Amino acid sequence: MRDNTENNTGTSDGAFEVNVGLAEMLKGGAIMDVTNAEQARIAEDAGACAVMALERIPSDIRRDGGVARMSDPGMIEEIKNTVSIPVMAKCRIGHFAEAQILQALEVDFIDESEVLTPADEVNHIYKRDFTVPFVCGATNLGEALRRIGEGAAMMRTKGEAGSGNIVEAVRHMRALQDEMRRLTTLGKEQLMSVAKEWGAPYDLVCYVAEHGKLPVPNFSAGGISTPADAALVRQLGAQAVFVGSGIFKSDDPVARAAAIVKATTYYDDPSVLLEVSRGLQAAMKGLEMSEIPEEERLAIRGW
Amino acid sequence: MNNTVGVLALQGAYQKHVESLSSLGVGSRLIRRASELNGCCALILPGGESTTISLLLQKNDLYSPIKTFAENHPVLGVCAGMILMASDVDDERVTPLGLLPFRASRNFYGRQMHSFSADVTLDFDDRPFNAPFIRAPGIEKLSPEITRLATLNNNAVMIGMGDHIALSFHPELTDDTRIHAYWLNRFERAMYY
Repeated sequence: MRDNTENNTGTSDGAFEVNVGLAEMLKGGAIMDVTNAEQARIAEDAGACAVMALERIPSDIRRDGGVARMSDPGMIEEIKNTVSIPVMAKCRIGHFAEAQILQALEVDFIDESEVLTPADEVNHIYKRDFTVPFVCGATNLGEALRRIGEGAAMMRTKGEAGSGNIVEAVRHMRALQDEMRRLTTLGKEQLMSVAKEWGAPYDLVCYVAEHGKLPVPNFSAGGISTPADAALVRQLGAQAVFVGSGIFKSDDPVARAAAIVKATTYYDDPSVLLEVSRGLQAAMKGLEMSEIPEEERLAIRGW
Repeated sequence: MNNTVGVLALQGAYQKHVESLSSLGVGSRLIRRASELNGCCALILPGGESTTISLLLQKNDLYSPIKTFAENHPVLGVCAGMILMASDVDDERVTPLGLLPFRASRNFYGRQMHSFSADVTLDFDDRPFNAPFIRAPGIEKLSPEITRLATLNNNAVMIGMGDHIALSFHPELTDDTRIHAYWLNRFERAMYY
């Protein structure tokens, strides 16, 4: 951390490192979407390492339509008062005033999220202006590096939130991993050209080329509904998982939450995965990607 | 002599400890099952979420094996790991292992907004240690047989008794390996001489 090669984000006061540090503490865990104090307690009792407080889970946002905004601070506060694990909350892409409110509320992480209706179609939030850490979604490496360049302390795949379908999260995680691997094979003289092609910060392109990984933790989100889904993205390289609609849209949230936590920890042990997959009631129904019209896909929000 | 250090890997920053040990030339093994403790000479309880790690210890039948191992081997507990080492915790959601007689106070320094880095004064080295404190726990009601090993504004932030060391901050997030080296030397000396 004191080594400048590790500090590619330009901050020098250590605040960014402390924020990446919290992301490090969440590794190996499951972060669950909750809409009220009771769900938050269920998540914590199941072993979630953090909760995401929001008024409507993604599948309901998708169903209801309309503009999805930051949640009522009163509701977030109630969840903060209920659990001892970190509490995250979402703001709209580019909506720095919502982020200022969430920071004043002292949430532990802000998700600048494509699940909400974007407030700015050109600019994301300049996250280094904030003390509180941010997580952002990405569908590929260039997008991840742009968000880290703006100050994101954690990345996650976008997947397709509220779909109950893992296919997009897998697509995004594979794209990210493939592009990182490819960068490590390139010559130094090729990196500026990659930075130009991707619109990604050159120093961060160089960092990935040298280390073969992002300078911040890399989690997976969007469509995780079963213990096997959690194990799949973990084996593909996700260091932790976000579970949105998958738990509280299923028929057995308590059992499913605990099963997903255990599958996240023992992601590479098929005997444990078998044990926790057995006897769960119906998972959320989910959507085939072809059922979701192009213009209603959440992953295309942001750039 | 076996010198593999076990690192509890249920949740949290366990990989960072593997890297710190590796840069000191020390081998390690991730611990997710009781059988994996066989052949380890010591144990690190990493940072993470203490409620989550405590729950997973209980749910996966690891509490007793870890406690038994920890009572008989050197242990380094960091942040959530420090909370687990305490004899008492100010939150009933955590069932500590009771390895060191003190009270751990969760999120003593506040939520993430109040996380910080600071130079702490080490008892065993002249140079201060630039230490990240992340939603860090506090050390209270220290029993007199415990030694303070580092302080911040005169508050204990690292303590030790025998081969058991607990700290509020995160040396594994830095490139400074003095804390890990101090713990290893402390028990290696005891093992060799």
